[in-house]
Amino acid sequence: MTWETVIGLEVHVQLGTRSKMFCGCSTAFGEPPNTQVCPVCLGLPGALPSPNAMAIRLAARAALSLECTVHETSVFARKNYFYPDLPKGYQISQFDRPLSSNGRLAFESADRGPCEVRIERLHVEEDAGKLLHDRIAGRTAVDLNRAGVPLAEIVGGPDLRSPAEARAYLTALRQLMVYAEVSECSMEKGSLRVDANISLRRPGQAALGTKTEIKNLNSFANVERALETERARQQAVLDAGGMVEQVSLTFSAATGQTRPMRSKEESHDYRYFPDPDLPPLVLSPEWIDSVRRELPELPAARRRRFVTGYGLSAYDAGVLTSERTIADYFEAVVAEGAEPKGAANWVTGEAMSAYHDAGHFTVAPERLAGLMRLVGDGTLSHQAAKKVYVEMTTSGQEAAAVADRLGLVQVRDEAALGAWVDAVLAAHPTEVARYRAGETKMLGFLTGQVMKASRGKADPKGVQPVLVRKLGGL
Amino acid sequence: MSAGEAAREVGQRLRAASRLNATLAWSDAALEAEAARVDAMPVPGPLHGMPVAVKDNIVTTEQPTTCGSRMLAGYVSPFNATVTDRLRGAGALIACKTNLDEFAMGSSTEHSAYGRVLHPLDPDRVPGGSSGGSAALVAAGVVPAALGSETGGSVRQPASFCGVVGVKPTYGRVSRYGLVAFGSSLDCVSVFGRTVSDAQRVLASIAGLDPLDATTVDQPPLETLPGPASLTGRTIGLPREYFPPDLHPGVKAGCDAAIARMKELGARIVEVSLPHARFAVPTYYILAPAEAAANLARFDGARYGARVTVEGDIRAMYRATRGLGFGAEVRRRILTGTYVLSAGYHDAYYNRAQGVRARIAGDFALVFASGVDFLFTPTTPTPAFKAGEKTADPVAMYLADVFVCSANLAGLPAVSLPVGRSEGLPVGGQFMAPHFQEAGMLACAATLERHLDATREVAR
Repeated sequence: MTWETVIGLEVHVQLGTRSKMFCGCSTAFGEPPNTQVCPVCLGLPGALPSPNAMAIRLAARAALSLECTVHETSVFARKNYFYPDLPKGYQISQFDRPLSSNGRLAFESADRGPCEVRIERLHVEEDAGKLLHDRIAGRTAVDLNRAGVPLAEIVGGPDLRSPAEARAYLTALRQLMVYAEVSECSMEKGSLRVDANISLRRPGQAALGTKTEIKNLNSFANVERALETERARQQAVLDAGGMVEQVSLTFSAATGQTRPMRSKEESHDYRYFPDPDLPPLVLSPEWIDSVRRELPELPAARRRRFVTGYGLSAYDAGVLTSERTIADYFEAVVAEGAEPKGAANWVTGEAMSAYHDAGHFTVAPERLAGLMRLVGDGTLSHQAAKKVYVEMTTSGQEAAAVADRLGLVQVRDEAALGAWVDAVLAAHPTEVARYRAGETKMLGFLTGQVMKASRGKADPKGVQPVLVRKLGGL
Repeated sequence: MSAGEAAREVGQRLRAASRLNATLAWSDAALEAEAARVDAMPVPGPLHGMPVAVKDNIVTTEQPTTCGSRMLAGYVSPFNATVTDRLRGAGALIACKTNLDEFAMGSSTEHSAYGRVLHPLDPDRVPGGSSGGSAALVAAGVVPAALGSETGGSVRQPASFCGVVGVKPTYGRVSRYGLVAFGSSLDCVSVFGRTVSDAQRVLASIAGLDPLDATTVDQPPLETLPGPASLTGRTIGLPREYFPPDLHPGVKAGCDAAIARMKELGARIVEVSLPHARFAVPTYYILAPAEAAANLARFDGARYGARVTVEGDIRAMYRATRGLGFGAEVRRRILTGTYVLSAGYHDAYYNRAQGVRARIAGDFALVFASGVDFLFTPTTPTPAFKAGEKTADPVAMYLADVFVCSANLAGLPAVSLPVGRSEGLPVGGQFMAPHFQEAGMLACAATLERHLDATREVAR
């Protein structure tokens, strides 16, 4: 029997602030446990939260980049539960009046082409701490460095139809958040985390089936794997005439299996109510506009402009806009006078591999443009230019200087070319005779020999006339 | 008098008053250190050398802050409350920490893990609560002023019982940073004084915007106005709901005498109505416990304070710690608060109470918009009651706050001052004012204070 898969994701994105949501503690990753804490994030008696204006700004930026409506009034609420990683016994979040709602995000589905996920809401909350099970034998330790780190929770609608689409959506979402400078979205550092909801229904059926939720997935690959596993499990249940039970699941990357969480871990009545320590968050329309104005050009718009403005292929435009740094670099090279299609080849080719190795672009845009000019005017062969480029990534010198130093500048001097030609003609009497007998294709062979004799330094455009002249002149 | 002399004197008085059980932590050494600090101040502050007692739910780094609970026995805060920093900045001496109902939950200071506080005039009676220790010390003449805290009248009610002045500021006037939270939307650090003027000076020193408390409001500094010679031009409203037929005759007589005196001083007296007043106590006893249940969740034995170790998982430790660490009244309120917020009851209790709270505030807004400057009412339905009289009946205890908790629900400033005595026990009258109108309200109270002999037995 056929089933339609319905998936919706809840994504937690760490807002890229230097300090926590409600206190001045640092958000730096990887510090020794409990070194970035204060009375506020430890929940000591008498401490009170004061909101981080930058976190609100970044959350609004995230919301606007997702085309959400940012509400002029939103309310912080307490989400109450006991857990050792939660110092106050409640998490400050937003409930019935979130910061923003009703947005959308476009992504490309392999099956369905261009698609869109509705963004139901984006709200601000504080992170909890972390339980460490491996530090002290037989005991669980608590690290509260993360407690109070600002997060945006992005709740997407049930608009995804396959695990692969879930991954494509996450890729688009991460790209957008990085572009908008909301978050570095590093799953390794926990600055992007995913809960996935999945249900199956008959094709054409309007109502949603009973869903399960897979909690706290820590990589895009695991999101896809976990959803595939869970889809197969639900399908087997339904095909056998059974009913899916609404549960929360955890996914083990080691076994590839999902398992239900203990009911104690998930069946909470959170008893939300407005946090009386924090007045309603009131944002003026002018402030919201100012955040909108500071948004950079977002990936989709930039991709379109690269195709129409620079005449690039959709593929190249996609690669170049995959990260803001790459797109910015490409445009900087073009701004230095480089021809766009050639620049696209260089950036997606040599420059990109250097970028991925080093984590940044190693050749300044004006230097790459300079190198391209030397190829354009025939000073360097394309082959030689690649060698020069590799040298430029480490030397920091200009292309011309590197080319000189490596002796890669093409030789166009007639006397020098004549000497190489003479030597080749003398060494290949048979081929010369065949050429003279009318076998003109031998010209290619002889040109190649001249290039070889020059060790690639001869300008191929200059070699042929000299060769023809000398062959005729004998 | 130097701060050092003041410190030695207050030390002697604290020792002499120890029978009241009003203090928790204090020491001669700490007092001397306070005095040395004040005497070293290059410029004397407005409270130079004034000893001020501090309720033990306001955190200080020099002494433990127990909140009157076993849960925080010996707990020393690593930071000071904004109000204690400001008191010190103004040149005051922190005299001692004072006993209170556990986590400020109570109206008699009988619910302290460290024993009940005695009424200074009658050891068989309660001083009121929850700030009973602070009230008793001011009434006994140990300190001229003290900090307390109010969630539902916990300064004005004991002020009335003990015969001293108690001022609750507008919500947002004084920082709550360092006040251990009970009902955060209601909590106000509040002030006791022997006179209106002392209370006014202390309040002015601790008031003002605090970046550490997002609910503080930026207002011009609080003026300390003298009481005017007459009350001509002032309109005083008497809400009829606050003068029920069964009001204690001594309380009624004391208030009547005060009203008559205000009339003589030129005030226009009008009867007004606050129709939702009767819902104040039930509304309060839904909202305050709801917030308290969340605020007290942090006392779980995991990071600080008491921990009861038992067999089983962490939930077993939570249960044991909270079951033994909290007293009965605190547990009762946590259970009530958890219930009114739980799924299925949230609308019927918490949401409805929020609606009623808005109506109670609306009543006050209407009355003040009608030309009434201040309201005057009895502070409590009776003078101080006997110890043990209401401990078995929580609702009877809660009704001791019937006239005081509306001001907390509406966020209004209010002051209780002694207006006479009934069978030797003080009777208090209360003014309530529009938001941030403390200066005018206190000036009016100062004028009345000057023209009343509050130690006089009022006719029955």
